[in-house]
Amino acid sequence: MREICILGPQRLRPTLDAALRSLGWTGPFAVITAGWEEREAEVEELELHLGQSAINLNLFARGEEIFRTDSGFFDANQRYHDRRRELRELYNIRLSHGLNAVRELDRRTGNTSLLGPERTDAIAAIRRLDLNYLRRVRSLWAEFEHEWAPSDRPALKAHRKEIAAILKGAGAVLIAGGHVVNLLHSIRLFRLGSILRKKRIVAWSAGAMIIGERIVLFHDNPPQGAGNAEVCDFGLGLYSGIVPFPHARRRLRLDDKKRVSLLARRLAPALCVAMDDGAQLTWDGRLWRADEGSFQLTPQGTVEVMTDSTETS
Amino acid sequence: MTRAIEELLARMPVGPSDIDEFLKCHRFPIVEGSRVTFAFRGDVDRVELEHWVYGLPSSQPLTRLESTDLFYHTMDLPRNSRVEYKLLITRGDDRQLIRDPLNDLLAHDPFGANSVCYASGYETPEWVEPNPEARPGEIAHFGLWSAAFDEERPIAVYLPPRFRTTRRYLLLIVHDGFDYVQYANLKTVLDNLIHRLDIPPLIVALTNSPNRLQEYAANKSHAAFIVHDLLPFIEERFPVVRKPVGRCLMGASFGGVATLFTAWTHPGVFGRLLLQSGSFAFTDIGHHHREAAFDPVVEFINRFRRDPGRPSDKIFVSCGQYESLIYENRSLVPLLRDTGMSVRYTEARDGHNWENWRDRLREGISWVFPGPLWMIYE
Repeated sequence: MREICILGPQRLRPTLDAALRSLGWTGPFAVITAGWEEREAEVEELELHLGQSAINLNLFARGEEIFRTDSGFFDANQRYHDRRRELRELYNIRLSHGLNAVRELDRRTGNTSLLGPERTDAIAAIRRLDLNYLRRVRSLWAEFEHEWAPSDRPALKAHRKEIAAILKGAGAVLIAGGHVVNLLHSIRLFRLGSILRKKRIVAWSAGAMIIGERIVLFHDNPPQGAGNAEVCDFGLGLYSGIVPFPHARRRLRLDDKKRVSLLARRLAPALCVAMDDGAQLTWDGRLWRADEGSFQLTPQGTVEVMTDSTETS
Repeated sequence: MTRAIEELLARMPVGPSDIDEFLKCHRFPIVEGSRVTFAFRGDVDRVELEHWVYGLPSSQPLTRLESTDLFYHTMDLPRNSRVEYKLLITRGDDRQLIRDPLNDLLAHDPFGANSVCYASGYETPEWVEPNPEARPGEIAHFGLWSAAFDEERPIAVYLPPRFRTTRRYLLLIVHDGFDYVQYANLKTVLDNLIHRLDIPPLIVALTNSPNRLQEYAANKSHAAFIVHDLLPFIEERFPVVRKPVGRCLMGASFGGVATLFTAWTHPGVFGRLLLQSGSFAFTDIGHHHREAAFDPVVEFINRFRRDPGRPSDKIFVSCGQYESLIYENRSLVPLLRDTGMSVRYTEARDGHNWENWRDRLREGISWVFPGPLWMIYE
C-alpha cells in the first residue's frame, strides 16, 4: 500500500512532527533537502522540530561533486538546462496567446450555443498544449539520458548505491521544498524514483509538487507578466489525482472566480488543492484523506474545503 | 464642487460648531472620486495650496467660506495619483509654508517632510512596509579610499538574508543609497522583494555624494570613482558576479544622470541600468532655462542624444507624470530603444520625490534582476 503524506509549507507553522506522530511513522528518517540547493545541509531546525537526527541524502552536494570532477557531464547538464529554458520560453509564447483567447471568450457575451463550444475548445487547446509541452520536456530528458547515461556513470553509480543503502534502512523519507526543478533533477539524476515508490514519504511545498503526476508552476501576481500558471514537467508519479498549490493564499488570487475556474478546468480531472500552512493530505494508493486545512479549487470558481476520502481517478 | 463641501455650503450661513462637525466627520484632503478638497481652518488672511504638479499652477488659492475661518479648494486629481504639497499661510506681512494640519500623512525627504494626498485608487504597496515573515538582510558600513576624489568616502553594503560566501551574488550599486534607505525604505523593500522571490538575493552598494549637484552632473571623476574605486572595492571583498550581466547601476534625478554618464563613458561594465526621474535635460537649439547646475548635464545629454552608443544591455526607466522632467524622460526612451538595448519604461501619477521612486522599485529591480518566484516553493 502506498503511504504518502503531503503537507503545507513548514517554515512558519511546522506540522511535520505532528503529522508523523498522527501517522505512527517513526524514524530513522532520511531527508531530501536538495531543493534548498547550497543550504541543503542546514537541517538543524528540521532535526530540532523532529526531536531526532535525520539522515540527509545530500543529493545536491553529491551532484555538485560529480559535476566538479566530470566536466564533460557538467557541460552536457548545462546544455540540457539551456534547452529546457528555451523550450519553456517557446511554450510560454503559445500559452500566453492561448490563455488570452480563453479569457476573451469568457468575457464575451452572445449566442451561448456558439460561445459554449468555443469556450470548451479553447480550454481543450490549452490542455493539449500543456500535454505536448510535457512530452517534449520528457523527450529532452530522454535524449540527455540516452546520450550521457547518467545512471551508468561510475561516480553516479557509487553514490546511488550509498543512497539506496540509506533509504533501505529509513522508516520514512522526508522531502522538503525549495527549488522545484533542481529538486526533481537531483532525484532523477540518481534514479531514485523507483526506490521512493516503495517508501513512506512525507513531502511539503516543492517536495509535494515533484512527487505528483504533473508539476505546475504558478503565481498570479508576479512583478512582471500576466501570471499564467504553466506546466513544468511530469513528476515522479508517486500519487495521482491532485495537483498541490503550496502557499496558495499568497500566490493565487483565490477571490478571482474566473482565474480559479480556469485553473480547475485546465487541470481536471486532477483536483487543484490549495495547501497553505497547516494543510495535510494523506494518500493510501487509492484515496485521499484530507486531514487539515486543504481546499480544492472548483470549476465553478469557488474554493471549498477538501473533504475526506475524495475518490480520485 | 464635491459633495461634502457642497453639503456644507448648502447649509450656509454656518457657524463654528458646523465647521467643527465638518472637520470631525471627514478625513482630509477629502477624496471623492476624481475630486479632491483641501481645507484649512485658522485666523489667517490667505491660504494657498503649494504643490509640485507640473502642468498645474504651482500655487492655488483656497477660497474662504464666507464669514468663517474655513478655507477650501477643490481640484481634479486622476485616479492613482499621489501628490505632495504644503500650505502657504499669509497673516498680515507674515507668510509661512506649513504642512497641512488636518492631514497626518507625511512624506519625508532630505529637506524635511511634505503633506501627501492620495487620490482614489492609490494604495501604498504592501511590500514597502516591514514584514515580520521576511528574513532581514544586514547593512555594513565602510570607509572607501577614493583615488578619483583623493579622499575617503563613506559607503554601505547591504548583504541579503542567509548570506553565504560560497555563493555568487548579483550587484546593485545605488547613487544616493543612504537616502534611498532613509526615504524610500530601500532596506525593507529589498528584504521583502527577496522574501517574495520577486528578486534574487543580491548585494547592494550604497553610495552618497557630499556635493551631488556637481559630482553627479556628468562628472568624469565621479564615473571613475564608481568604476575604478567602488567596483573593485566591492569585488575584492564580496562574492559578486564579475560580469556586466550581474551588475546594475541605479540612481534618481541627478543620480540618474550620473548613472547614465558612468555607463556611457564606461560601456560594457554595467549590463543593467535603473534610471528614476533622471534629470536628462537637453536642448535642440539655444540655451536651456534651468539652473546653472544643469549646464554640464545638458552638454552631456546633447552629446548622448547625438551618439548614444550602447552604455548597457537592459535599462529600466521610470518617471512621474507630474514632473517637469517627464518630457525629457519620454524623449529619451525611443532613443535608448533604437540602440538595440532592452528598455522598460514606466510612468506613474506622481512627482519628483522619494515615494514615487520607492513605489517603482519592485517593478524596476525585478525587471533588471528577475527573481526565482516561479521556481521556489519553500
